[in-house]
Amino acid sequence: MIEGRARVFGDDVNTDYIITSRRKRENIDPQYLRKFLFEELDPNFAATVQASDLIVAGKNFGCGSAMEVAVTAVVGAGIRAVIARSFSRTYYRNAVNNGLPPLMCDTSGIREGDRLAIEQASGMVVHNLTTGERVSAGPLPGIMLEILEAGGLVPYFRRYHDFRTL
Amino acid sequence: MKTGQTISEKILSAKSGRDARAGDVVVCEVDCALGTDASVPMTIGYFEAMGGEHVVHPERLVFALDHYVPAPSRETTELHRRTREFAKRHGIHVWEVGDGIGHQLVVESGRATPGSLAVGADSHAVTYGALNAFATGIGSSDLAAIMISGRIWLRIPESIRITLSGALSDDVYPKDIALTIAKELGADGATYQALEFTGAAVASLDLEDRLVLSNLSVEMGAKNGIFPADISTFAYLGREYEPVAADSDAQYAREIAIDLDRITPQVALPHNVDRVVPIGEAAGTPVHMVYLGTCTGGRTRDFHQARDVLKAGGGPAPGVQVVVTPASRTVLEALTRDGTLADFISMGAVIVAPGCGSCCGTCGAIPGDGVNVISTANRNFKGRMGNSSAMIYLASPASCAAAAVRGSIADPREL
Repeated sequence: MIEGRARVFGDDVNTDYIITSRRKRENIDPQYLRKFLFEELDPNFAATVQASDLIVAGKNFGCGSAMEVAVTAVVGAGIRAVIARSFSRTYYRNAVNNGLPPLMCDTSGIREGDRLAIEQASGMVVHNLTTGERVSAGPLPGIMLEILEAGGLVPYFRRYHDFRTL
Repeated sequence: MKTGQTISEKILSAKSGRDARAGDVVVCEVDCALGTDASVPMTIGYFEAMGGEHVVHPERLVFALDHYVPAPSRETTELHRRTREFAKRHGIHVWEVGDGIGHQLVVESGRATPGSLAVGADSHAVTYGALNAFATGIGSSDLAAIMISGRIWLRIPESIRITLSGALSDDVYPKDIALTIAKELGADGATYQALEFTGAAVASLDLEDRLVLSNLSVEMGAKNGIFPADISTFAYLGREYEPVAADSDAQYAREIAIDLDRITPQVALPHNVDRVVPIGEAAGTPVHMVYLGTCTGGRTRDFHQARDVLKAGGGPAPGVQVVVTPASRTVLEALTRDGTLADFISMGAVIVAPGCGSCCGTCGAIPGDGVNVISTANRNFKGRMGNSSAMIYLASPASCAAAAVRGSIADPREL
């Protein structure tokens, strides 16, 4: 089970707001990039992020560029899940491929600082421990779950050396 | 009994060897995969971490050095060196610094063809959908997995059918159609879905026009933006292919009808691509920098349209910087041959080597604080061009040129 503190953002957070393109031309090491996470939206974020934090957003999280540093910088900061009303498809697949669960559910009841627990029932459930609210994030299709459970495409390929035929 | 299939369902069924429908998750054989200097260095890291030793189909891969052109720093030169070195070791072709934007080169080289699955580790890989290919943006880890296995996992998208009718008026361009659709759908209106273009007016749009619509499909969240194949497609590719058409009983998530006669010049306001208004509503907004280029608006015809408006208007207004970045070396050569480049130079434009240029702020001209930019590009996010205090407006090449002439945003029909 994953438990952590909600760090809340709004709608249409594009990947350049997560980490700007110009930072990745200096260095693509997630431990370097994490120092600039969300700098366009909240210059204070990188200094206050904790390893147990969970990113919470509105619709269309991760839109724009497909750059994967927008996921690896988040993973590098120790964040273990991203919860949004919807994701851009490239962010969603990059998250799955890096073992970062992208949970899709109604996030309107979650406030900055709320304690959240991600529980696995028949699908995923986001349990807001601060308000008591439980929201279903639905199940993930087979191969996405397999990749996530392996910890991402790297451990998946190390284990299977190819996609397992569906 | 199963219903008919959309174009996307047909291509992904053929590539996965399954009779697949929207919502299915399949593993597909990839025909063409592009990496760039912005995504390959990370891909190499994934490839090595996955235990990759051998690239299974190097001839299906291609790398473009296009984001850092020419390399603006020691660090970016190093990214180029690592990309070239990996490509050489594994027999992968590299489009060099100055050859152009990878997406434009995939299209020009004929690597994306009707019925093919063409992907790119860059979101604007959707551009090749204009060629009746299933084309979509992927991540660096996906590209590494393709190198090792030749395959990718994909969820088959539902499709939105966009039926085009009528004909565009003078001074109205494909960019105006795309911005109109962006306004209608919103920045997430097509998330996880395919845009499938159809209708009588498709025949009136040639391949370069279609590239603009496919290119901007990702700005509505679409997974791909696909056209049928016809005589324009084959003329561009220089030969015929078996076209992939939708079945008459294919299922669509949504239907949108666009009458081209009713499209007028549009502009996207800062900082979202779907904040679109008729250009007259933004008229008078001062403009300091006019950017002509990118995988949306950096082809030969785009520069002809901009040049014509600029010349007719007597060149750019004082204090306006016009930046020209051709999408490829082929475009640059065409502009050199036909005198367009000389026209831009004599009108005081800054000429930048073919590549992504200023579009994502990775190289080229960076706008100053408080500067208003009008651009032929596809994104206007805050900070996109490398300065978060600049304001970016998006419009057609003619509308951008009209703004250059006036020194402020203007309706090109009123010049």
